[in-house]
Amino acid sequence: MDDIINISSQLGRGLGITITILIASALFAYLMGFIAGLSRLSKNVFLRKFTGLYIEIFRGTSLIVQLFWLYYAIPMLFGIDLGSNWVIGVIAIGLNYGAYLSEVVRGSIISVAPGQYEAATALNMSSTQRMRLIIFPQAVRMMLPEFGNYTIQMLKGTALVSLIGLNDILYYGDILRSSNLSQAPLIYIVVLGFYFLLALPLIFATRKAEEISKKGVAS
Amino acid sequence: MSEPIVQYKDVHKSFGDVKVLKGIDLDIHPAEKVAVIGPSGSGKTTIIRMLMTLEEPTSGDIIVDGTNLWKMEKNGAMVDANEKHLRQVRGDIGMVFQHFNLFPHMTILENCMTAPINVKGEDKKEVEQRSMEMLERVGLGDKFDNYPSQLSGGQKQRVAMARALVMRPKVMLFDEVTSALDPELVGEVLEVIRDIAKNDDMAMVLVTHEMDFALDIADKVLFLDEGVIAEQGSAADVIEHSENPRLREFLSRFRN
Repeated sequence: MDDIINISSQLGRGLGITITILIASALFAYLMGFIAGLSRLSKNVFLRKFTGLYIEIFRGTSLIVQLFWLYYAIPMLFGIDLGSNWVIGVIAIGLNYGAYLSEVVRGSIISVAPGQYEAATALNMSSTQRMRLIIFPQAVRMMLPEFGNYTIQMLKGTALVSLIGLNDILYYGDILRSSNLSQAPLIYIVVLGFYFLLALPLIFATRKAEEISKKGVAS
Repeated sequence: MSEPIVQYKDVHKSFGDVKVLKGIDLDIHPAEKVAVIGPSGSGKTTIIRMLMTLEEPTSGDIIVDGTNLWKMEKNGAMVDANEKHLRQVRGDIGMVFQHFNLFPHMTILENCMTAPINVKGEDKKEVEQRSMEMLERVGLGDKFDNYPSQLSGGQKQRVAMARALVMRPKVMLFDEVTSALDPELVGEVLEVIRDIAKNDDMAMVLVTHEMDFALDIADKVLFLDEGVIAEQGSAADVIEHSENPRLREFLSRFRN
């Protein structure tokens, strides 16, 4: 028991990084999801193709390689400093999950019933009003559960930032293990426990989101 | 007779290779009640959807209150209408749909209020009062706080009519508004339409399979067959005196 408390207090030092990375990269991913999702539906061919390229690149390659690219390759190739490794972690996770979320945004918007567009037109709404007042609010309700699921995945994805030298929960777990090899099983169980506890509120939020999304959408 | 509020001039409509309408000429006068009947697939719904700007005609003109709906003048030439032009012209037209199309994320009062406030920029208090009056009129004043999912089909359709009425259209289009309803709910919806027809001075175009009802309230009946208006006239002329064999056959299916 003492061991668990001891391990927990060590791992707790990484809690701040894990949580701040999660919040920042989630917000960035949501933003990218909406921007890219709406761009995919744009009338502008160039914008559509360009966004499609972004989505396929970031969905089609692994997050950890993207992380290393931003951290090691881009500064060397282009001499661009993207900022601290915290910022790079947020950018990589945000861009990666933003690509997935954009498909959720796009899919939700196109699945709003055609009758809703027609009713809005019959009430003489402009295409902007139609999107803002009728389509978007319904689409957002449909998106909520998937946004919840991807946020949980993002939490787990944050563990990768320990590989670019950020001191998150997993980083402190690895440090502990290297100084105390025999305790490895216990350490990693506590690490899992940490991630699970962090995921719990997200899991409940996702369930709640599913309830909300069942109401208030035209079928 | 007064100037027509809506005129169709040789309007054609094709979907791909399928010619749905093959030259529609039609005048609708202010306050006139027009019933459109005919076999399914004859293009009845397409006629009113083009007026609501939900479908673009393949050729021909639709004139609303003297203005061409689908074409506008630009540098002295007539070009396809842009959204701004369509919005200016269709403002006096309202529509009720077969599947109601209420906004599920809004209460029924909000359903009625959103367009007058956001589209016409009217005063919120005034719109709220008018919306409540309309909901009372369709017998749903006590439900103003409910969401559409809490209503029956007949109630939804009555809300949809209140929502259209709050916009004070000069022409109201009804697209088979009872077809999606359980039989026992049809009556309550028809009662509301009858009330509107009797007490409001807007023009109405009803696409319907409720033959007896349509003939009862209509000033003019159109029989649409294979993409053209095969017969038109007063209900009595069309129903009692027409010699058109296709119309006779069509009507006989409702009279057995």
